[in-house]
Amino acid sequence: MTQASTLFNKLWNDHVVVPETPIAPAVLYIDLHIIHEVTTPQAFSLLREKGLPVRRPDLTLATMDHSTPTTPVASFKDLAIVADGAANQIRQMEKNCRDFGIELLGFGSEHRGIVHVIGPELGATQPGKTIVCGDSHSSTHGAFGAFAFGIGTTEVGHVLATQCLLQRKPKTMAINIDGQMPDGVSAKDLILAIIGEIGVDGGTGYVLEYRGNAIRSFNMEQRMTVCNMSIEAGARAGLIAPDDTTFEYLHGRPRVPRGVDWDKAVTRWQALRADDAATYDKSVTLDVRCLQPMVTFGTNPGMVIGVNDPVPDAGNDPSFRKALDYMQLTPGKPLSHNSIDVVFIGSCTNGRISDLEQAAAILRGHKIAAGVRMLVVPGSQQIKNEAEARGLDLIFKKAGAEWREAGCSMCIGMNGDTVKPGQLSVSTSNRNFEGRQGIGARTILASPATAAASAIRGRVTDPRSI
Amino acid sequence: MKAIKRIQSRTVVLATKDIDTDQIIPARFLTTTSREGLGKNLFHDLRYNKDGSDKPDFPLNAATAKGCEILVAGRNVGCGSSREHAPWALLDYGFRAVISTAIADIFRNNSLKNGLVPVVVDDDLHQYLLSKPGIEIDIDIVASTLTLPDGRVVEFPIDVFARHCLIEGIDQLGYLRNHADTIQSFEEARSWTP
Ligand code: SF4
Repeated sequence: MTQASTLFNKLWNDHVVVPETPIAPAVLYIDLHIIHEVTTPQAFSLLREKGLPVRRPDLTLATMDHSTPTTPVASFKDLAIVADGAANQIRQMEKNCRDFGIELLGFGSEHRGIVHVIGPELGATQPGKTIVCGDSHSSTHGAFGAFAFGIGTTEVGHVLATQCLLQRKPKTMAINIDGQMPDGVSAKDLILAIIGEIGVDGGTGYVLEYRGNAIRSFNMEQRMTVCNMSIEAGARAGLIAPDDTTFEYLHGRPRVPRGVDWDKAVTRWQALRADDAATYDKSVTLDVRCLQPMVTFGTNPGMVIGVNDPVPDAGNDPSFRKALDYMQLTPGKPLSHNSIDVVFIGSCTNGRISDLEQAAAILRGHKIAAGVRMLVVPGSQQIKNEAEARGLDLIFKKAGAEWREAGCSMCIGMNGDTVKPGQLSVSTSNRNFEGRQGIGARTILASPATAAASAIRGRVTDPRSI
Repeated sequence: MKAIKRIQSRTVVLATKDIDTDQIIPARFLTTTSREGLGKNLFHDLRYNKDGSDKPDFPLNAATAKGCEILVAGRNVGCGSSREHAPWALLDYGFRAVISTAIADIFRNNSLKNGLVPVVVDDDLHQYLLSKPGIEIDIDIVASTLTLPDGRVVEFPIDVFARHCLIEGIDQLGYLRNHADTIQSFEEARSWTP
């Protein structure tokens, strides 16, 4: 009898080229490598120095998202790239892809967008694959039952040259989500609560497998939001077993198999679930029946409270105190005590069509508060087109928000879209680190609904009150 | 990568927990296409005032910190973004080892690939190191030990393969490329193709 296996174990075993030993890590095969302009130039330089080709350009998907402008343009020919460094990086990316024979979904491509948005959108992200990208939020793709993780630039070079990585097998942690999600509470609120529960390094060394009814009832976009932020708990990857919801989402997308090949693929994918008797190195259970909309108050995603809860006291923890000093929030008071300056809706966490719809549903017929700047940045050109076809852009513009081209934008503040020093921002992205959205920017992470509600009132607002 | 067997240096202490890679090197300095020169912007927003002058109370700016090659950091150092610019910046500045109770996964991995030695210690030793900035430490990578000024010798965990690569200066890409034939057989033998 074969031993009961976790989903992760099955994925791992299917990709071992050379098994792990005590003295050497495994050589693991990579099925999809997604690359962008910021973390690849030094890897391509290395290939040039060593005179090496890219082993499998056909398994490499390239786009530009991090340092690209999102200011609306009539045509990409008019695009002005503010920073010299960014412009150089973008030109370099175009050259690298040309020289090494990699297809680039660059400016002018209908499919350009954030790395973790376009992989699923194209159907390149599929169950059973190993997927890497020089970006920590690669954990997003785990929502499809793929083993997906972020790597550094040296490893980008390894994958380009050999299609493989050296890996030690991580441990597994089951995150069981019991109960039904209450109305008005979103996948973002759930993942913030999970990170608050296990801590920002609680997942270090583990692959988190999200299980339970609440996860099964989520659509793919909600599942991606959850897996996306696994890295914020320090985890190597997040994982959800594929099911009919996954297959329905993928069916007919440009890069999935067709005809009999599709049927064969689905049969293979259906086996990608943990065996009933499978055991995990660790298990955590969360009951979500009383979950509320969640917001962060500090400078890491684990510093999280319910939207109406008071900011906790730092006690005598110096790191906690430093975070509160940076955020200039008052312990004992809820976040609604402070007025906000910026609202950002977008990123690979919450820049998909359903996120934009949730924000639009709240904003419809409202105006954003005086003095608040609101940016809505779709995760990809496809999402932008779809949102415009549904008239969402008009709702945002009428409310007084800026409607942008696709990209990472204010999530990382590399492209000129930044929060000014000292400004308080409610953001649907994934990191509230010091300076993440701009020098001295103070970030509150929230769901699209909470962000939209907060834009209307000019203060952090429970979306259920609108 | 150059072989690295031993680091003898005084320490600099940054006691804050969860120092993320955005703090180590802010995103606006990532628009470079090279690995060189990142050291001057290491910890930029913690290290410099708006006018570019040094912040006097930031530990790296203390006169005693000059030339120190060992950084002692609070728990979970290197969390967040996968940017390899973080170890590049630390190395370019002159650091060669980072000590903490927990070091984030991707950062640890990136550090090892570049010869920046991640050293994980237990809470007691960590507290001791945090409370005594500037002490002279001897890190022996071959023996995987730290020697403290009071003569104590403490072992630290390090992956055998990673250690081997550090002390022999082995380029892991070369190691992977030696498996080219096995990789090809793997591709040919698969029951499905990506
Ligand atoms: S949206 Fe933010 S987190 Fe996502 S890939 Fe872009 S910069 Fe990284």
